[in-house]
Formats: sequence, C-alpha cells, structure tokens
Amino acid sequence: MATATHIVTPEESEPHGPLEAVVVRFAGDSGDGMQLTGGQFTLSTALAGNDLATFPDFPAEIRAPQGTTFGVSAFQINFGSSAIETAGDAPDVLVAMNPAALKVNVASLKPGGLIIADEGEFGARNLAKAGYDANPLDDGSLAKWQLIKFNISQLTLDAVKPFGLGNKEALRCKNMWTLGLALWMFDRDRGPIEDWLKTKFAKAPELAEANIAALNAGHAFGETAEIGGPLKQHHIDPAPAEPGLYRTITGAESISLGLVAGTQLAGLKMFFGGYPITPASAILHHLSRLKEYDVTTFQAEDEIAAIASAIGASFAGSLGVTSSSGPGIALKGEAMGLAIMTELPLVIVNSQRGGPSTGLPTKTEQSDLYQAVYGRNGDAPMPVISARSPADAFDCAIEAVRIAVQYMTPVMLLTDGYIANAAEPWKVPDMGGYAPFPVTFHDERPAEGEQVLAYKRDDKRARVWIKPGSEGLMHRIGGIEKNVKTGHIDYNPDNHQAMTDMRAAKVMGVADTIPDQDVTLGEAGSKLAVVGWGSTFGPIHQAVRRARKQGLDVSHVHIRHIWPLPKNLGELLATYDRIIIPEMNNGQLKTLLRDQYLVDAKPVLKVSGQPFMIAEIEAAIDEALNA
Amino acid sequence: MNELTKLTAKDFATDQEVRWCPGCGDYAVLKAVQRTMPELGAKPENTVFISGIGCSSRFPYYMETYGFHTIHGRAPAIATGVKLANPDLDVWIITGDGDALSIGGNHTMHVLRRNLDCQILLFNNEIYGLTKGQYSPTSRAGTRSPSTPYGSVDRPANPCAFALGSGARFVARGIDVSKHLPDVLKAAYAHKGAAFVEIYQNCIVYNDDVFAPFTAKENAGKQLWLKTGEPMLFDGGAKGIALDVETLSLRVVDVTDGDWQSAGVLVHNPQNKALAQMLVEMPSDIFPVALGVIFDSPAPTFESAVVEQNKAAAAGKAPNLQALVSKGQSWQVEKEPRAE
Repeated sequence: MATATHIVTPEESEPHGPLEAVVVRFAGDSGDGMQLTGGQFTLSTALAGNDLATFPDFPAEIRAPQGTTFGVSAFQINFGSSAIETAGDAPDVLVAMNPAALKVNVASLKPGGLIIADEGEFGARNLAKAGYDANPLDDGSLAKWQLIKFNISQLTLDAVKPFGLGNKEALRCKNMWTLGLALWMFDRDRGPIEDWLKTKFAKAPELAEANIAALNAGHAFGETAEIGGPLKQHHIDPAPAEPGLYRTITGAESISLGLVAGTQLAGLKMFFGGYPITPASAILHHLSRLKEYDVTTFQAEDEIAAIASAIGASFAGSLGVTSSSGPGIALKGEAMGLAIMTELPLVIVNSQRGGPSTGLPTKTEQSDLYQAVYGRNGDAPMPVISARSPADAFDCAIEAVRIAVQYMTPVMLLTDGYIANAAEPWKVPDMGGYAPFPVTFHDERPAEGEQVLAYKRDDKRARVWIKPGSEGLMHRIGGIEKNVKTGHIDYNPDNHQAMTDMRAAKVMGVADTIPDQDVTLGEAGSKLAVVGWGSTFGPIHQAVRRARKQGLDVSHVHIRHIWPLPKNLGELLATYDRIIIPEMNNGQLKTLLRDQYLVDAKPVLKVSGQPFMIAEIEAAIDEALNA
Repeated sequence: MNELTKLTAKDFATDQEVRWCPGCGDYAVLKAVQRTMPELGAKPENTVFISGIGCSSRFPYYMETYGFHTIHGRAPAIATGVKLANPDLDVWIITGDGDALSIGGNHTMHVLRRNLDCQILLFNNEIYGLTKGQYSPTSRAGTRSPSTPYGSVDRPANPCAFALGSGARFVARGIDVSKHLPDVLKAAYAHKGAAFVEIYQNCIVYNDDVFAPFTAKENAGKQLWLKTGEPMLFDGGAKGIALDVETLSLRVVDVTDGDWQSAGVLVHNPQNKALAQMLVEMPSDIFPVALGVIFDSPAPTFESAVVEQNKAAAAGKAPNLQALVSKGQSWQVEKEPRAE
C-alpha cells in the first residue's frame, strides 16, 4: 500500500469536522462504468436521507479510445445535511480510475482535497495516452492535494478470482470495488446496491456474485486497511426534509411522468413522436414503457416526421407530444407554425444542449430561448415554459399540457442537458392534489344548412377541437390563412390582420391563468435582483442565500413562464435598483426582459457547456452591488 | 348517417370553389374520387384526406370529409399520427411528384415500408405547377423550365419503382381522365396496407400533353391495362408482353388471331414482385405503359402491429398514477430528522 509522497500541511490533513456537505467526483474511462457508479452512489445517498444534486458529465463518443482524455466520463455528486441545490462547485474528493481521468479533473479539485487513484492504471502506456511525461502519482506534482493510491485493478482481480471470470470481465468489476470503498467512506448501507446487482444480472448470477464480491472487497478495504491519513470514514446526517415519501428522479424521468400525468388529467391519450437525439432521447425511452397509460410512442424517420405525426395525432384527438434538442427543434420549426395556424394542442420538449449546429451534444446550455420564443417564420406566438430542476420539470410538464389543451396551441417546454441527466431527491407528489382539466371535444352538429365552424372560440379564445369520426362535423384545416369566422381559406388583408391579432391575443391570454411571479428568495424592492430561468436555479439560489447571510440586500427571482411572462413581472422588476441575469447563453432572457419592460438588466454570461458555479454568481452579486 | 341512405358523389363535394386552372387534370381525378367514394361505402365522417403542398394538395378542401392540408412533403408523417391515434379512420394521402418524391421522399419511403393502412394518390404531372413551372424529380432529362433554361440534366425518378423499392405492398397506375381510374381507386381502397397509386395528370399550363404519347386517343394502343389472371395484351390485342428467358427481361411480341398463348404472352399475377418491377420499368420506346394494379400482395399493417403491441404491453397492468410516480427505490422521511 502506498501513501502520498508529498507533504500535506497539518491543516489539510486535519479531518473535517462534522461535515455539512461533500462533493465527490468519480472519473474514469467511458468504459469504466462511472455513470453507473455515480448513479448507485446517488441512490445510497438518497436512501441515507441526505439532500443531493448530481452532474453527470460524459463524452459525446460512445467508446472513445481507451485511456484518452477525450474518453473521460465523470459523475459528480454534492450531498449533505442541509439543502443542496447544485452539484457543487469544486469536488472535495476525486476518484480517478486512470491518468486521463486525473488529468482532466484534478484542476477543479479543492486545494487540500482528496485524490483516490487506481495506481494499477498508471503504467507507461496510459500515462503517455493522457499526455503525462512523468507519473503524477510519484513526481510531487499533486502536492497541493492529498493523495491516496492503491492498485484497485489488482485488488478487484483478487476479489473476484473465485468466480472464474476472464481478465476483461473481472476488471469490469472495478467500479463496484470503488463504489464499495465510497460506501464505506460515507457510512452507507450496501444492501440496496446488492439488490440492484442481483436484478441487473438476474440472467448471469455469477456476474452478480462477482460484482457483489468486488463491492464488499472495496468496503472491507476501507474498514480493515489501516490507511490512516486522509482516508477516513465520515458520517453525514440526513438533511431536514418535509415528511413524506421520497425518491430520486432525473429530469428526463420527471418530464415523462409529468406528460403522462398531464394527459391523464386532461382525459386524453398521448401520442409521442420522437427521433433519437442527445440528450432528449431518454424521454422517448421512458414513455415507450408506459403503454398502460394510453401512451403510443413512435420513433419517426426524422425530426420533422416526429412533430408532424404528433400534429396528426392531435388532429385525430390525442395529445401530440414531441421532444428534441436544439438541432432537432430547428428542423421542427415549420411544423410548429402549422400547429399554430391550425390551432392544435401540442407539447414540444426541448432539452437544450450546447450549440450552434451540432455544438456540444452532451453538455448543457440554455441558448435556445430566442429559438423558443421567436424562432419561426411569420408572427407565430407560442407559450414557453422552463423547468428549473429535475423535480420541478414534473409540474412544468403538467402545466405545458394544460396550456396546450386549454388554449389549443403548441407549447414549448424548455429543459436542458443538465436537468435531463441530473438526479435529485423528489418528494413524491400526492396525485389527488392535482385538479383535473378534462377536455371536451366539440360534438354538436350545426343546424341544417349551417356550416361547421371549426374556428369558433371559447372565452380563452381557444377554437373548438373536433375529433374526426364525429358525424356531421366534417371540416378541413390547413396551413393557409383561415377565415376568422368560418375557418375556410381566406387571403383577405383585413382577415389576415384579424387572425394575426387573434393568435397573439390568445397566447398573451395564457397570462390570465398562470400564477403571478413570486420572489423566490428575498423580497421586492431590494438593491439587487438576480433574475434567472431554467437550470441556473441552484447556483443562483445558493449564491443569493449566502449573500443574504452576509447581510447583502439581494433577492432571487426565478421565471418559469418565459412566454407569456407573468402579468406582474414588469412591476416587480421595477422595484429593484439593479438587476443581473445569469444565463448559460449570450444574454437571451436579458434581451427579452429589456424589450418587454425597458429595464436596465445586466447580463452575467457563461457559455462553456458547464453549469454556473455558486462562486461565480456570488462574484457577480458583489460586482453588481459595488458597481 | 343512416346506413340505408345511399350517398352520391355530391355528398362528397364541399361548397368550396375549386381553384385549379381550367382544364387541369386534377378536376378529373377529383370527380373520379367523389364518384367512387359512395361505391366504396365510405363514410364521410370516418374519412380523412391529408395532403402536403402543391396544386394537387388543395384536394382535401373539395372533399366533404375530414381534411388536413399540411406542409410540403409531410403528409405521410401527419397521416401516420392520425392513423395511429385512431386506426378506425380511412386515411387518404394526396400528393404530387415534387411533394412525395423530392421534399417528402423520406416520408414516402417510410410510410410505404411501414405499411400504414392508407391510400396514397400521387398526382404525377412531371412539373412544379404551383411554383410556376420548374422541372420536378420526375421530369424527363432535357426538360426546359424557368430553372433549367438549357434543359434539365438529371435523370428522373420512377415513382412506382421507388414505391416497390421502398417495400410497398400495393402499386398501381392510372390516368387522370381514364375511365379505369375508379377501378384502380377501388382496388387501392380494398387493399389493407399502404396502397400507392401513381396518377398521370396533365398540367395544362406548364407541361401540357407530356403524357400524350400514350394518353392521347390515337395513342391508346400504348396503354397496357393489367388485369389479374388475364394476358398482358395491348394495342387492341395485337401485341403482348412476354418474358425473354435468355436475358431475363420483358419483350413485346405480336399476337395473331388472339392466340396469345403461342406468342408466349404472360398472364398477370399481381403477387409477383419481380414481374411488377419489370413492368414499372419498361422503357417508353416500343413498350406500352403498364397501368392498373401492378402489384398487390398484402402484409400486416403498421398501425395494427402498434395497437397489438400496446395492448400486449399494457395487459395486466392497471394504470395508477400514484403508483407510477412512487416507482423505484424510495424512502420515507418520518419527521424532521435533526431536531437537536
């Protein structure tokens, strides 16, 4: 067993006091199973009652060449005994399964943080692949951190020897060994992981046994090996939480469940047309297993067919839903216009990723706000909602369905790669607490000699929804401008003006049935408001909380309804002396709010494919207050 | 609708003014469809006409059924959603050569290979009419048009060959003004699955008489109307189609005194795909144009497979939203855990 070769300052080697929160990052080769390790560690963390947030960060390549820096896959988790809202700025612990993983991730580790490295992987070949001239585990270059190294590969091979696996298969158990050690470090129960392994390898019990053996060996290693120094056991108390039933949930899951709940509350069948694209595909995967909820999923031939089939299904009386990410949303643009023109309900989920073009498929960004609000030909207004977190996405999906069916309009639900993949604890909602909003199809036949008026509207300006198959209500719709009364083709200038006004007024009218904008943290009239939308919620909230603890006069306003904006928002924003808007784009909400309210909102921008760190927002708050 | 009430063509006509150019072949197709619908026993409320963009795509506005005039090339995708959402509806797709084979070629291919139960009427006029006369993917090489003033240089697509190549289980051809068109429509309707019908349609303004070499009265001898179990005769029975076994290709043979057997004339079997492929690709020189039902070999439909799988997957699972959201590994928080 090796110990660190460098000198750690006494301060650094001091065990942490009772820990409030810890950030751990597991990093390895794409083939090392780091996402699985992270996912299972997340589960055990949740079961231990800690609050948590995760950040899976993986390469776009499915199997990048082994050992290379671009093949590194990482999973970060922040957990603690108080409210956790981000995946954490800098890790306290970095588990590096090979030199490339160390190289890519070590710079973000906190000074004095702990590196656990698999020295079995630090041979000449892997070092060269990662671009190291000398072995960093031996050359003192990691002196500002604490280092523990042992040969995880060999220890795993030893542990699974009795099961007679081939070398390659045996080494695949490395991630479970590592997980076992991590479970020991944080005083966690191995039971649920063992159960999960037994289910996962139900068809290959020897693999289940080998993995469990590796898990136990990692755990026992922590328990019995007298490593001392920086490796020690920590216990983190459960976080205070409202009593109730909890589970962990990712954004992709919660959106899927919310869409199902929404269509059930509307009393409709759901038709989901999708085309595989990262990071949106997970929604298609989830929904394709929920047939008993009247869900039909259709993997279309392309993005256009995905939305077009959904529009067809809405015409036929189901709720059409489609989902994609930026490039796919761009392809769907023309069809969104058709749904706006024909006034059919439709939900479009956009899991935003880094752009433009193919951009950064597996990284997060919120740069499709312009595309959502403005990105269609013609004056084509459409409601836009944005989810702030994996758990919040559930309610947002229900709300998107409600608006779509009550206003007969397509609705875009914005989420992003971070929300889609990240997991957080979710208090399971009481479904009885959601008011149903059943859809009534128009089935009244016109009087003899009268026409079917397919564009007749209710008090929300929503047109009637007539199901094909209904006797005596045959009618035609399409993308050509409609007569404001009859719905027949009409090119008349006054009519086009009237219909353009009608479509705009209908969508603006959505503001009548959404809640007023609240102040998420703080109050109206502060010196500074930090206004955000989407997945920047966590870092903004934490930064504002810390600033307020220091006595700074700052509040957090987080906007869910991007279009139309809540009716009181302009008034609320006017109460603040200064406004900053942190966004993972080049200032899109800033433009929208300046345009709508003539407010002097200042942008705080980050377009790196990575979420904001709390410290970055704190710095922006200080700067804004001192400016 | 009272089952006993016999509908007529008029019941399938809307009050909308038809806006095609005077003399357009589309009028003849519209009349043929409106006339055929009552004979099919089609119910207006159960019928949906779905179109893309182009002259022919105005068609749904003139049918007193449900109708959806969608966007360029996407009618098959919209139709797929309609049929999956409600498999009881009769779905007709109205499209053209540009709509189905150029901008919407992808969707045409996939609706055919999936075998969605629908009728696809492709109005082929070998030109872009609505955009004022540019050459289309079916225009013959050398077609002079506003966008190809020196003649087009690319080779045309063959709609029926495309359909067969995409896995279509029903391929037929008709002519806008032909009296046989209703029979072709009836066969297409009777076929369970995607039924692809290419209709040669004359564009009187931008491509007049492009099909005259076989559609003009005096050229009717160039039409080979295929009938199941009957010999492939044309030119008033004076000629027939035989198989050249040496080259594995079709050839034209003379038939004297009606003795087609000794001339080796083939008998039409619409289940024979190899034959269908040869028939749709006969060159236009000495060969006739194959018309009528060329290929008809039903297979299970897409929507029925989806419905069956949905049913099987849902069997024995009672929908329960509360259970659904509670799924997975969960834990109970009893009270505030840090009371100290």
